[in-house]
Amino acid sequence: MNEWVIVVAKSLLILLVVITTFAYSMLFERKIMGWMQLRPGPNRVGPWGMLQPAADAAKMMFKEDLTPQTADPLIYRLAPFISLICAMGVYAVIPFSETPSGSLWSVGDVNAGILFVFALTSIGIYGISLAGWSSGSKFPLLGSVRATAQMISYELSMSLSVIGVLILAQTTSLRGIVHAQYGLWFIVPQFIGFVIYLVTAVAETNRAPFDLVEAETELVAGFHTEYSGLRFGLFFIAEYLNMITVSCLATLLFLGGWNAPFGLTMVPGLVWFVLKAGLFMFFYVWLRATLPRIRYDRLMAFGWKVLLPVATLNLIVTAVIVALS
Amino acid sequence: MRKNLFNVAALFQGFRTTLSYAFRKKPTIEYPTVRKQHAPRFHGLHELRRYADGKERCIGCELCAIACPANAITVVGAENAPSDRRSPGERYAARYEIDELRCIFCGLCEEACPTDAIVLTPRFEMADYRRGAFIYAKDRLLVPPSAGIGAAPDERPGGIPSDLGAVTNHKSTVDVQAGYDATWRGGLLREDRKGLAG
Repeated sequence: MNEWVIVVAKSLLILLVVITTFAYSMLFERKIMGWMQLRPGPNRVGPWGMLQPAADAAKMMFKEDLTPQTADPLIYRLAPFISLICAMGVYAVIPFSETPSGSLWSVGDVNAGILFVFALTSIGIYGISLAGWSSGSKFPLLGSVRATAQMISYELSMSLSVIGVLILAQTTSLRGIVHAQYGLWFIVPQFIGFVIYLVTAVAETNRAPFDLVEAETELVAGFHTEYSGLRFGLFFIAEYLNMITVSCLATLLFLGGWNAPFGLTMVPGLVWFVLKAGLFMFFYVWLRATLPRIRYDRLMAFGWKVLLPVATLNLIVTAVIVALS
Repeated sequence: MRKNLFNVAALFQGFRTTLSYAFRKKPTIEYPTVRKQHAPRFHGLHELRRYADGKERCIGCELCAIACPANAITVVGAENAPSDRRSPGERYAARYEIDELRCIFCGLCEEACPTDAIVLTPRFEMADYRRGAFIYAKDRLLVPPSAGIGAAPDERPGGIPSDLGAVTNHKSTVDVQAGYDATWRGGLLREDRKGLAG
């Protein structure tokens, strides 16, 4: 009984933290994008626009909630929740830090944590696919078809790049993977895997320059064209949570998680974790401000003809070296 | 495709460019709190000026209404009563209205005025929720006696051009007003104007 209370309390705390992080990562993105485009970014609501997320949330709540006549009502209403629940569920196994006494800062310490994360993010694609399918409109349908193709293509390379890490760490537990990096972060022996992960993660989260799923110039708004108000908000939250998830994963898998660099152990591990994940978030925003959207056939060609062979080769070489040593 | 995708140097140059732009000074003028300095002869909201003794400069000659390319000005002149002289001449403007929604702020009224009564000020914030509120009558155009005589264009830097445009299209203001009232917009505004006419 007592354990359950602790788990529920931890979940609520993480939910709170994650939603707040989402709100401010949105502001963070708009600010950074603004600066890179010679604008000041949002600065009207509160000092430095700090209350902008609250204003956006209030706006979204009072928008009309539309369901197109041609939509499949049940699936149409269900799809945003699939996206959001999968995006949030991931945080049940992500460890944020570890106390010196050895207790983990996470809701659950799953011994197959990385598999759980990949399973959930894969199910999350159903949210996007079903949203487009059930909208009963052509642009969302095209968006969801793209989503399916893109996610499947890039998930292969992503998984292969992560398997390299798993071979080195000899475990699928996220805690174990971080422990395996106490000496050397996996970004050094798995640099190719890291680059592949970085590229595929952008495609997996539907972010520019791989945001073909919601390409405004071609598909209005892609899979969420018909969504409005809070239902659109749920997709929005899911997209940003996925972004934070892949940033956290990149930190855990390649940048040593909460390990302090240069022996700076007086700074708590949580701070290092947040800093490293924040670095990835900044990279995402930077990427969006820099590169234009890639053409769809080129995206697929790049995924299948470049990333997949390179990831496979990287995996084979890693496996051979580990087997021989 | 190969050539573009593997041009990593170009990629990094792009990243460097966006990053350097993030630290540049932003050219944004944050309007309600910071205001831009306008050109000295900016064409904004009109103003009817007075002489130093407090009398109105406008003599109700309707030249501004005739010069106006947008037919935005309505002037109805009247004889000055000997007991209550509004202007130094024989006549004064009993009614003087400018529809700021029609006005194109060209400043031809200012150039046509023989007594420099109507001038354009640098004021430009005239937003309102009612269409009728954009018809500025004498109560809002005429500078109050306490405000002095108003800024003349020739007192502003640059002065006024000496060659004033020739007026060719003569049209009575009564016709203009009747024609305007007949339009859908005029009909919409008729009720509003009742309360606003000076």
